[in-house]
Amino acid sequence: MSVTVARSLEEALESLARAPHALVLAGGTDAMVEINFGHRRPLDVLAVDRVPELALWQRDGAILRIGAGVTYTELEGLPFSVLVPALAHASRTVGSPQIRNAGTIGGNVATASPAGDTLPVLVALDASIELHSVEGVRVVPWHEYFVGPKRTTRRDNELVVAVHVPVRRGPQVFLKVGTRNAMVIAVASLCLAVDLDERTLRCGLGAVGPVPLRAAEAESWVVDQLHWTHDTVQLRSSSGAQEFGRLVADAARPIDDHRGTAAFRRHAIAVCAERALERVCDGER
Amino acid sequence: MTGHESIDETVVDADTDVSYRLRVNGIDHDVASAWLGESLLYVLRERLGLPGSKNACEQGECGSCSVFVDGLLVCSCLVLGAAAIDRTIVTVEGVGDESGAPSLVQRAFVEAGAVQCGFCTPGLVMTVHDLLHRSRVASDLEIREAISGNLCRCTGYGRILDAIERAFAAADEGPP
Repeated sequence: MSVTVARSLEEALESLARAPHALVLAGGTDAMVEINFGHRRPLDVLAVDRVPELALWQRDGAILRIGAGVTYTELEGLPFSVLVPALAHASRTVGSPQIRNAGTIGGNVATASPAGDTLPVLVALDASIELHSVEGVRVVPWHEYFVGPKRTTRRDNELVVAVHVPVRRGPQVFLKVGTRNAMVIAVASLCLAVDLDERTLRCGLGAVGPVPLRAAEAESWVVDQLHWTHDTVQLRSSSGAQEFGRLVADAARPIDDHRGTAAFRRHAIAVCAERALERVCDGER
Repeated sequence: MTGHESIDETVVDADTDVSYRLRVNGIDHDVASAWLGESLLYVLRERLGLPGSKNACEQGECGSCSVFVDGLLVCSCLVLGAAAIDRTIVTVEGVGDESGAPSLVQRAFVEAGAVQCGFCTPGLVMTVHDLLHRSRVASDLEIREAISGNLCRCTGYGRILDAIERAFAAADEGPP
């Protein structure tokens, strides 16, 4: 077994090119559990937690490029809490302070658990994933990246280097259902993001399907039920939120597992959708 | 092969009888004949003779293995030992003062009777040190959020919260 601690992006990519089967270790909050429990015996580990290029973020016009190594603790604070409030909120619901100090957005994206807390946010903001290899760079929209539970279109020699998140003006809500506020893997999660300039609303769902999902039909239905001003969005009728919840539940593809039944997940996601819509219409962010 | 400060990439290879070096509580420790998949928690307890960090869940749920790595509070069970080379690691054995006397936080736990079986105590002590580093003022809710990653199955947390209040009060009078 070998452990490589990469100190630059170039080194990390060269190492991955030599050993494309290597386990890429970022914050370790998922990978180490598998190793500790003997579910995984990697021959080679590539630690990327000291690659300085991954720790960066920058805003380029309407796109916020967040380095894969940015931790949940960092995402909770400025500037993310202002530019992408739902991402900050979702990050605050991850694990505990110890987990948030270690876990990274790149790890969440690369692991691609259906319950990954940031994933419904990336759906609702229509984010893309920036992948690098020694062969080059490609930027993949989220819907072409997630293909199954813990399965993505990342190639073995590619590293998740950044996430491109559009900065949108308008209220955003993230909701997560679990047995307590801390240390919980989502049974269902949802992000609703309004774009007041585009006059659109996007809804991302987590833990209710094999991949993070978008409730596109519910979105297009509800856009016609809304009254838009420059700074606010209001529901035209009070029954709209309930119908929105029903349509969002139709988009879910949940399964029964040890954390909850498919029926409960479908119910929970409908309640989350209804509540999130009421909140964005109240102007709550 | 021990990682050298000046090289950019460090490859640790255990096919031969090699080790790596960890800096824990200000002292460099050689880790010999280790399987490179061992967690930092395992290395601390089983190879370096530092059993203060407790092993309960091995999945980051319980916080009883909390340590500082480069100043950040993390679960040592979720850190790969071999990937922690050149990091500054502080365990509960290293939070007391130079004479070996208990820290302000440790004294507060004793004074409040916040120790029952004691298994969660080292992790909670580290977490409260982290909280005090970050802020000298914390509301009850902020304290509860800060300790949300540390499970105690004995006390019901009442005396732990008392101890944290005592630690904050004592910190007002001097460094932790």
